[in-house]
Amino acid sequence: MRAPDSILPLCVEGLCFSAGDVEILRDVSLTITAGGPTLLIGANGAGKSVLLRLLHGLLPPSSGRIFWACPTEHAACRQAMVFQRPVLLRRSVLANTLYPLALARVARGEGEARAEEALALVGLADRSADPARKLSVGQQQRLALARAAALQPELLFLDEPSASLDPAATRAVEEIVLKLAARGTKIVMTTHDLAQARRLAGDVVFLHRGQVLEHASAETFFQQPASATARAFLRGELVW
Amino acid sequence: MGDLASAFSTAFGLILSLDPAVLAIVALSLRVSLSALLLAALIGLPLGALLAVARFPGRGSVITLINALMGLPPVVVGLLIYLMLSRSGPLGAFGLLFTPSAMIIAQAVLITPILAALTRQVLEGMWEEYAEQLRSFGAGPWRAVPTLLWDGRFLLLTVLLAGFGRAAAEVGAVMVVGGNIEGFTRVMTTAIALETSKGDLPLALALGIVLMAIVLGVNALAQGVRGIAARWAG
Repeated sequence: MRAPDSILPLCVEGLCFSAGDVEILRDVSLTITAGGPTLLIGANGAGKSVLLRLLHGLLPPSSGRIFWACPTEHAACRQAMVFQRPVLLRRSVLANTLYPLALARVARGEGEARAEEALALVGLADRSADPARKLSVGQQQRLALARAAALQPELLFLDEPSASLDPAATRAVEEIVLKLAARGTKIVMTTHDLAQARRLAGDVVFLHRGQVLEHASAETFFQQPASATARAFLRGELVW
Repeated sequence: MGDLASAFSTAFGLILSLDPAVLAIVALSLRVSLSALLLAALIGLPLGALLAVARFPGRGSVITLINALMGLPPVVVGLLIYLMLSRSGPLGAFGLLFTPSAMIIAQAVLITPILAALTRQVLEGMWEEYAEQLRSFGAGPWRAVPTLLWDGRFLLLTVLLAGFGRAAAEVGAVMVVGGNIEGFTRVMTTAIALETSKGDLPLALALGIVLMAIVLGVNALAQGVRGIAARWAG
């Protein structure tokens, strides 16, 4: 599926973000390459969600730069994002899936095929005519994932996609994430759930108080974290 | 008391016998108010949606102004349209004064701010919810306007019904620009005003009953629409 002109690697240099006087991210430099899922972990308030929004272009950085391997406007249509609380349109399940495809100017026939395939992937194929907002919370999040998957993005941002879900729904979300990753979709995902990070991560970015303290392969990070803060975090201490 | 009772029975007689004079007045009322609603909706709904999504300097003042215009007195609207359409007015050449077209224009002017203001209120909350997700899909404010209008369709139906109710029930504007000419620009409200002052209570009552029935029907419809909306909006 991957076009030769990949949008990755994604390079971030000296990224800062402040909301008013509050500094949320400080001097973040990072390179995200193709491969297994990249998990952004850290305590609540570490700046994970803000970093994701900056990378996705929803927020303008206060300073610093974000480089894609291709022109930015080209990169914008090769990425998608799923939010912690899914925002579903007041339409049917199928219409929700078709909406971003129409925006991306995907031809109608192809869009319908992609939408059906994506709904089947998340196990909602039999619900396509139902009102989206009448689904359970877990199903709503699966629909949000299907909607993003139908876009066939090269890079998919997931902001705590299972934070408000029960274990069964969390498991369903993780299975979908792994399926997408296996297809070659680069996943960049935030979580504050360490067990989840262990299950999914290819590499880990550890954020603490708006700074990147570590960026290592999952194996290295969980076996031999370099910083004292990460060690404390992994032991389950409240680092803040 | 006997007068009132006989007035009522004559009124129901007029309605049940489908009196042609009554029917013509009711038909013109519906034609004028529905046309005005269509015209006002074409301007008011997109304007309201745009105000819900756009952020620009002076937005607060524009919203205040439109909210204030909701309370526009019909007679004043009638007077303004009269001045525009009268022989010496800027639009006098079209010869629209004292025609149903003038009444449509006047009612459209009256209810456009109502539709715009209510649409803005209804869609603003929805936009707050949708904004980030739509931007993630690459949709800017311009693209968001039709999306919000469609996703708010059930709520907007009640907005339209509110506008229709206001148009159908007003008397001042159509009286001033229509002139209440029998068989040509006489609608329910102006007929009621005239017949009451003439003392022809049965006809006034008959029209009053029809008007009430229409308003009641419109509200029942609004209720039903809210029920459907609850099923979809979640």
